[in-house]
Amino acid sequence: MFGYILRRLVSTIPVMFIVALIVFLMLRLTPSDPAAIIAGDNANAQQVEMIRQQLGLDKPLLVQLWVWLSSLLHGNLGESFFFKKSVTSLIADRIEPTLALAAFTLVIAVAIAVPLGIFAAMRRGSLLDRIVMGFSVMGFSVPAFVIGYALIYVFAIKLQWLPVQGYSRIANGFEPWLRSLILPSLTLAVIYVALLARMTRTSLLEVLGEDYIRTAYSRGLTPLQVLVRHALPNAAVPIITVVGLGVALLIGGVVVTESVFAIPGIGRLTVDAVLARDYPTIQAIILLFSFVYVMINLIIDVSYTLLDPRIRY
Amino acid sequence: MSDRAYTQTFSALAKLRIPAAAKEPAIVIPAVILGILALIAILAPWLGTIDPALLDPTQRNKLPGFVGQITLADGAKAPFTFHMGTDNLGRDIYSRVVYGARISLVIGAMVAIVATALGLAIGMVAGYVRWSDGLIMRFMDGLMAIPPILLAIALVSLSRAGLTAVIVAIAIPEIPRVVRLVRSIVLSIREEPYVEAAVTAGTPTPVLLFRHVLPNCIAPLIVQATFVAASAILVESILSFLGVGIPPEVPSWGNIMSAGRQYFRIFPHNMLYPGVCIAVTVLCVNVLGDALRDRLDPKLRKRV
Repeated sequence: MFGYILRRLVSTIPVMFIVALIVFLMLRLTPSDPAAIIAGDNANAQQVEMIRQQLGLDKPLLVQLWVWLSSLLHGNLGESFFFKKSVTSLIADRIEPTLALAAFTLVIAVAIAVPLGIFAAMRRGSLLDRIVMGFSVMGFSVPAFVIGYALIYVFAIKLQWLPVQGYSRIANGFEPWLRSLILPSLTLAVIYVALLARMTRTSLLEVLGEDYIRTAYSRGLTPLQVLVRHALPNAAVPIITVVGLGVALLIGGVVVTESVFAIPGIGRLTVDAVLARDYPTIQAIILLFSFVYVMINLIIDVSYTLLDPRIRY
Repeated sequence: MSDRAYTQTFSALAKLRIPAAAKEPAIVIPAVILGILALIAILAPWLGTIDPALLDPTQRNKLPGFVGQITLADGAKAPFTFHMGTDNLGRDIYSRVVYGARISLVIGAMVAIVATALGLAIGMVAGYVRWSDGLIMRFMDGLMAIPPILLAIALVSLSRAGLTAVIVAIAIPEIPRVVRLVRSIVLSIREEPYVEAAVTAGTPTPVLLFRHVLPNCIAPLIVQATFVAASAILVESILSFLGVGIPPEVPSWGNIMSAGRQYFRIFPHNMLYPGVCIAVTVLCVNVLGDALRDRLDPKLRKRV
């Protein structure tokens, strides 16, 4: 088991290396001059040259790659052009809202989606099943910002139950913090619920067709007992897998949601950095989010052994 | 195309069973709505629209149904009803929404074509040229480890915003999934007896790929392309909304909503109309994709 975890950890190194390589090449292989784009339309030749030197773009490609990788391994993500401080501290300042939003969304999404998927599978073909599946397709089709503004319009502007925008730090009290997170989390949860409910339904339907389920029923177990004891444990692995894969959607959604709700997190930082063409910050954010995504999926892979005794490493 | 390749391609398309498909509501309804949208996009100048970029500071932030006037090309004034109101720069929302259909549909179609074409080429090479497989697939793993929207945002930030840049930026994150799909098909087909027979008969690899492998990829690729198109329309609207996509003066649905954000509390209609348009369009493409998948490839049904 320990050996397996170690092997998996080592196997993420090439993936992260390739992510770093892609991020590195993106800036170097663009058809236009990246220094001129970062400098903006009003920059003179001198400023462009300065940025080129700052980025090290005047050196040979392999030297650049070496410098970039070795500074990454030292934990140095570079210096932001726009905010004039180290990218690491920039991200540290903004991690709280993003973490709170993501965690809250994950809890809401699982709490809503899994029961919905279970009901839909147990009553296959019923009205409820069709509503759940319909909602699922809708959830994939409506962009998060449209949902966000619709929620703001109804719950914050018309009903005035919740704040319109902004984020209240947890240090300033629990209730305002919670209230500031409800609408953003619901917005972000929609696509995740759509994905999870659909997967829960599919994977449960597959399990419910197995022989041992029929046997369990013939032993006189109630549907609830069959569900809890036999169906759910066997349907869990694909559901958990999708929870992990869905993190990619969550990360994309964070960028949009934080922008809609004016939450000063990493998603908002991403948009600010792109608008300011602050490339060191953009690179660092991509690396960070990809790393988080890869790690979450690693943890989920390892957790299969706990969920399914048949999986042994 | 040789006769045999033609027959194989035809049989892949025949799985669509077009006459039967024409009776299935899940295919007909979204297809008709998308057809109407395409007509609206093409006929935009003749649908009672005015120049979608025409500014009029005296007629800013008007509610839907407002009757104002516009200045014609020859300088004369003419009365004009703003069916969907005006935005904060006095532009006609109705005209912008109608012209916006062009951007969304072009992006959806172009990204689907670019991503499937490149994914098909790369996937066939990875599946057939053994030594390249590991290299290509590790690179694709790396691309897939980057959340797609983030990758698209980073890619547009590096080029001067324009339609082509946005299409490329949205297409690149979609490629790895197409590559994986094509590669898995190629790997299963190369074991088929008729492919082995063709190899024994001395068929050169490019001919083999075109004649035997390609026709088998068509049905799953059509399904994949619809999902790529749906996601592309969504991502374009997100990029425009965040202000990093197509230049703001171009009427795209995301841009209209982006412009409407500031005055959202007082004039929510600026966001309502384009928002509904995006949702309906993407919904139609997704429903169409689901129905095509069920029809063409029942095995795929289990995948999300």
